[in-house]
Amino acid sequence: MTDRHDYHVNGPLPETPDNDATAGAWPKTTVIGSRRSRVDAYERVSGTAVYPHDVSLPGMLHGAILRCPHAHAKVLSIDTTAAEKMAGVHAVITRATPGTDIPWYERGGTFSSTLFDATCRYAGEEVAAVAAETPLQAADAVRAIEVTYEVLPFVIDDAEALAPGAPAVHDGGNMVGEPRLRERGDLAAGFGEADAVVERTYRTECQIHAPMEPHGSVARWDGNRLTVWDSTQGVFPVQETLARVFALPMSNIRVIGHYMGGGFGAKLETGKYTVMAAIMARMTARPVKIFLPREDCFTATGNRPANTMTIKIGARSDGTLTAIDYHSLGAAGAYAYGADTSSLAVYLYRCPNLRAEDVTVYTNAGKARPMRAPGFPQGAWALEQAMNELAAKVGIDPIAFRLQNLATELQSDPPMPYTSYQLAACLENGAAAFGWQEAAERRVTEGDIRRGVGAAACFWGYAGGPPSTVVVKLFADGSANLNLGASDIGTGTKTWAAMIVAEELGVPVDRIQVENADTATGQYATPSGGSKTVPSDSPAVLAAAAAVKRQLLGFAAEQLEVEPGDLEIRDGEVVSRSDGEKHLAVTAVEMLGRRGLIMGTGYRDPNPEGSVTFPCAAQFCEVEVDTRTGEIRILRFLGAHDSGRVLNRLTFDNQVFGGMAMGIGLGVTEERVLDRRTGRMVNANFHDYKVPTILDVADSHACLAIDVPDEAFNSTGTKGLGEPATIPTAAAIANAVADALGIRVTAAPLTPRAILEAVGSQGKEA
Amino acid sequence: MAKKKPIKDAAESGVTRRGFLGSVGAGAAAVAAGVSTRAEAIPEITDPEEMVQIALTVNGRLHRLLVEPRWTLLFVLRERLGITGTKAGCERGECGSCSVLIDDLPRYACLTLALEAEGTEITTIEGLLDGEELGDVQRAFAEHDAFQCGYCTPGQIVAAEGLLRANPAPTDHEIRHGMSGNLCRCGTYQHIVNAVTHAADGRRKGGGS
Repeated sequence: MTDRHDYHVNGPLPETPDNDATAGAWPKTTVIGSRRSRVDAYERVSGTAVYPHDVSLPGMLHGAILRCPHAHAKVLSIDTTAAEKMAGVHAVITRATPGTDIPWYERGGTFSSTLFDATCRYAGEEVAAVAAETPLQAADAVRAIEVTYEVLPFVIDDAEALAPGAPAVHDGGNMVGEPRLRERGDLAAGFGEADAVVERTYRTECQIHAPMEPHGSVARWDGNRLTVWDSTQGVFPVQETLARVFALPMSNIRVIGHYMGGGFGAKLETGKYTVMAAIMARMTARPVKIFLPREDCFTATGNRPANTMTIKIGARSDGTLTAIDYHSLGAAGAYAYGADTSSLAVYLYRCPNLRAEDVTVYTNAGKARPMRAPGFPQGAWALEQAMNELAAKVGIDPIAFRLQNLATELQSDPPMPYTSYQLAACLENGAAAFGWQEAAERRVTEGDIRRGVGAAACFWGYAGGPPSTVVVKLFADGSANLNLGASDIGTGTKTWAAMIVAEELGVPVDRIQVENADTATGQYATPSGGSKTVPSDSPAVLAAAAAVKRQLLGFAAEQLEVEPGDLEIRDGEVVSRSDGEKHLAVTAVEMLGRRGLIMGTGYRDPNPEGSVTFPCAAQFCEVEVDTRTGEIRILRFLGAHDSGRVLNRLTFDNQVFGGMAMGIGLGVTEERVLDRRTGRMVNANFHDYKVPTILDVADSHACLAIDVPDEAFNSTGTKGLGEPATIPTAAAIANAVADALGIRVTAAPLTPRAILEAVGSQGKEA
Repeated sequence: MAKKKPIKDAAESGVTRRGFLGSVGAGAAAVAAGVSTRAEAIPEITDPEEMVQIALTVNGRLHRLLVEPRWTLLFVLRERLGITGTKAGCERGECGSCSVLIDDLPRYACLTLALEAEGTEITTIEGLLDGEELGDVQRAFAEHDAFQCGYCTPGQIVAAEGLLRANPAPTDHEIRHGMSGNLCRCGTYQHIVNAVTHAADGRRKGGGS
């Protein structure tokens, strides 16, 4: 019973005629673009914010889940007798429990599975669950459940999964669908024209989302009404899935996600744990809380798949790209989301002759899930290293080489224009702000401590769209309430939404109450993912504020006896543009007082047709490499980002730096390690799986916002940021390390060991 | 680069995450010594669910309660006292989300048994408030946007508070080492450095609490 994952819809929408096309055409802004601390900063720094993990209800039980220790096994029998008799235990559920035969992961025609499947396809798959008075009692009871498994052969390696005779993860082979093939031009002719060609195989390892709040839910029934507090990126898909699972109307399901402690894509699907908590809550007539132990978050909640990418790329001696041949293989685990990486290779640079193939395979390992720009950081790791190597071969500066070859329209058939695409500015202005030339001249290629610079560019292939509905209410005292459906996953959603209302209505940000992420009391939004919350929902916020403004000015116009079009709101007053004598405090608008409030509803307009919208970025870094220890020290990082109009410059910077931190993880520190003999993840903890600490990021991080509103795309001129912030980071580091060492390390992460091996082999290769 | 040297004196500026587990020697001993324990006074326990009466001083208020010997301070704070500002992130001493001050030093509440914490002054994120008013470090984190999802933030702020109590004028290097026991997956480290620097400046100028 997986979710319907619609980030946005195509086709006609019943848009309200109220959407005001002139809204947001601000001649200048006073709130938008400024640096605002968050509207919920108090709650988040005081400890008063109630995260789902903090929810504690009277009579609440605590759940725990038993997971399969084998990479591939059939569940032959489960004995829960001992567990059921243990102190404090109220419920034990397994696949034998009525009501648990719920379809879960499936792939049309290939396979289907259930909540507790008879076959476990990775070490960590769910086998049983317990609810008990305390978390420790639940954990004790889980350990007392006896399961007999028939252990099956397994495969965890992506290349081995395709070998003849490899163990089948599912019936029907290990290939996930058909390879995705994209071609244009004549590849052989393209390479024939090339004066320089480079070809290498690159590798990125499996990265885990690892948000700081573990995955989990609290479920409470009141008769046949279910309330769930969930650490999720989107409450509405959870509501819809639970309604289907329990065959109840959606109106009987309320999902609340006011606060949540990070997701990065891992909390975009309804958890099995949520359903288990709800099942056991119903059985026991007690609220049930299940939050996963950290180890389970590592093994069972998704990951960025490992990828092996081979790229062959050619250019003429004048630097013009002539051909790209790209092949990607990804291991998507037992229940695939997909492991494609080729989009950057296909579209980032103008290249008439191209072949790009993505192959995804099933393996007996934790499943791939969308993780912060799925496929793109891996693709950048390959493409952007290859671009540097090719630039060196044709003797052109890597920034100039990129600028020379930037695609300025989408190379589809037929080509499509970009609405606004400031990647050249990202590269040029970013290089200037970074001091690219000066940094390159500081290069040190001899001695123990080497120093180098690197850059990488990207776009992110998604910009959102409808649906989104937002309501703004203006109270009689001139303060306001803003209600939107979107989850604030740490990206400052509530704050920029309030800033838009403040800009349009003139209500100070601190007089705006924000409600969000509640299926019962909130408006509708798609989940917060894909860097699309700002570009999808901000136009709806603006339209709602504009709808309030239009009514307010209409009432004021009658009172002042002027045309509504002559009025504007300035510092809490409705003022006539033509006659300065005619003005009125907002709170003195009689009809506002009489009615009690003015309410405006805003909808997200459809995206324009015949064009495509991508945010884009270039990042630059300077590193030191210690050739004695293999350690990389990142001296500084600069991200130059085109995400359209900047709403909140403070949170914009923060997003960029955060994306870089995650990219540093992919490039330098993070790697899921599976034991080849057992298929189990051996570093499912924060000690052995190295999420970057404050000592691992750059000594200084800087952000250059290009800040050109994309007015052709939506009414706020905005595009997304969270994902482009992490796409080029790892590749930029790899380029800087290659610049320092004079040798290219093709496999991430660039651990001290990998660096030392590369340095050790340097003499031999030359 | 992933693994930096543990700080040289844990008692001075707190615990580094990796240093803590990485140095099962002098460093770990210093950590243990930092918590005044009543190990001698604990009777031999045969049943893990047998309750022991203890008294904990949390944010200046004394709580008398019965605990199982295996209960961590984190569990007692969150599940028995309802003090949920202290977050559970890994429950094995690796992420720092559960950081509290024990006698002014940042400690992982998930690695401290409630029993061990008796007789100490425990300060959680809530204890840094003055009534409803934010403390200076909390204010600095708010103003500098030194968080995103906010889940690790109480631990980060407590770690910063502990650092500044031990070292009112930390260098950039000392701030980074002092804060290195607390993971932030949103990656807000640059803003955390900005916030802690600002809080330290403010406190030196007499504006702090």
